[in-house]
Amino acid sequence: MTETTQVTLAELLIVAASETWRDNGEVLASGITTIPRLGASLAKLTHSPELLMTDSEAFLVSEPVPLGPRGDYKPKYEGYMSFDRVFECVWGGKRHVMIGPTQIDRWGQTNLSVIGDYAKPKSAMLGVRGLPGNSINHINSLFVPNHGPRVFVAGEVDMVSGVGYNPKRWGEGMKQDYLDLRLIVTDLCVLDFGGPQHAIRVKSLHPGVSFEQVQAATGFPLLKADNLGETPLPTAEQLAIIQRLDPHNFRGAVLKNNPPALKAA
Amino acid sequence: MALNKELTATAAVAQLRSGMTVGIGGWGPRRKPMALVREMLRSGLKDLTVVSYGGPDVGMLCAAGKVKKLIFPFVTLDAIPLEPYYRKARESGAIEVMELDEGMFEWGLRAAGMRLSFLPTRVGLATDVLAKHPQIKTITSPYADGEVYVAMPALKLDAALLHVNESDRLGNTLVRGADTFFDHLFARAADRCYVSTEVLHDKLALDADTAKLNPFERYLVTGVVHAPCGAHPTYFGPNYGWDMDHFKRYNASATEENGWQKYLDEFVNGGEAEYLTKVGGAERVGKLKLPVF
Repeated sequence: MTETTQVTLAELLIVAASETWRDNGEVLASGITTIPRLGASLAKLTHSPELLMTDSEAFLVSEPVPLGPRGDYKPKYEGYMSFDRVFECVWGGKRHVMIGPTQIDRWGQTNLSVIGDYAKPKSAMLGVRGLPGNSINHINSLFVPNHGPRVFVAGEVDMVSGVGYNPKRWGEGMKQDYLDLRLIVTDLCVLDFGGPQHAIRVKSLHPGVSFEQVQAATGFPLLKADNLGETPLPTAEQLAIIQRLDPHNFRGAVLKNNPPALKAA
Repeated sequence: MALNKELTATAAVAQLRSGMTVGIGGWGPRRKPMALVREMLRSGLKDLTVVSYGGPDVGMLCAAGKVKKLIFPFVTLDAIPLEPYYRKARESGAIEVMELDEGMFEWGLRAAGMRLSFLPTRVGLATDVLAKHPQIKTITSPYADGEVYVAMPALKLDAALLHVNESDRLGNTLVRGADTFFDHLFARAADRCYVSTEVLHDKLALDADTAKLNPFERYLVTGVVHAPCGAHPTYFGPNYGWDMDHFKRYNASATEENGWQKYLDEFVNGGEAEYLTKVGGAERVGKLKLPVF
């Protein structure tokens, strides 16, 4: 029996993230940073064994590699996937990545470059990295550990790094066919792009969170999915796999104070 | 054969000129030719256009005021995600930028290596990469599809700087890391390529399997610099991991008063032999654990 009171929100998010890789077929599943990576790993070990994964450096592995120091564990290599080959994979469209951008707008456009004026930004982050190429070529999902109006901005993101469904950005002759945004997993809810013209909808709310609370933390109007429900808690089997994949509990350091999935009554 | 391309780091950097476009190999805090970068810090070079998958190379050259323009997809130290001196330079408006997707950047190097003016790609369309850089144009397919692509311009380099595992005096090189990134494309995109190497041989004599580790032809190599531990503090597989203690120290210096000058005085200004002693010598560097991802 699951001791649900001890399940953490981070673990619930891992399970929610894993769902984005269901029924994707044989694609490279890339989860960037702890929770997306554990989500992809959980997907491969449960509902979607056909997924390809790497050791997060340069080799394809037949079994997801646990996070952090590995002790006696030996990665089970099945192939090679250097950055050179990742780019070839990206351009061929056989990948689904989940990343955590600094800003997201109502069109699903993302920013990892700068906040503020481009010439003299208030804050310089990493740069656009691979976001332009990922977003225009293959499936993308997003992870937000701090759902709030600074992430989900009112207008466009400050520097459009990853493309989205903003018709003003797409000129004649530009091929939009491969743009495919799936889920946004946040610390409050799971969102998708299933509304009219790919408008963002709340798909499920985490236990104890209301739609109004999510809306208040978002800089643009949200829709409710028809079957809006509650994000499921991890099963005992899923929790055991997560523990095996993350023996040093890196997941416990992602969210502030590592809150439980169910708030104390 | 009389081909001996060996020279000192000082002599290699003396062949560079202010105002040049210089490509730096590696990726973030991995496989960076840091001994050559430190020699640049000690030089009078300025107004450089630096082309890099950026790590501490970019941060240090920015801190030293050597950079006029940066062509880059990112700058990061990985475990320390935000590179402190890049941020300072970027946020103060001190550097011009051409900010590119990682793949566009690769395409630009490939175009230069193939002596083309551009290569087509979808990457960059519908983003601010194009909106902020109007010099990057689009092109319409001349075929029935009529699709509009980005015409990624060639990133032609005056010089490229790389660090390799082994080299001989002729410029034959071997690279052994799990991922050796795009160093070969930097070599091809450059008029002159300088490699620093962990191990220098008079003449490589290889079996066929080892010969496969040769990433590009020796005719691309202008000069070879013997620089053991020359990628420190970056990760240089399989020889040594990154030096997190050193990165933390470097990162902390950015928030101290005169922190950069103190860093230079402590580590850089005394020359490379003193640098290696200060960071614990070849023995300590050789024991830095390879990162586990």
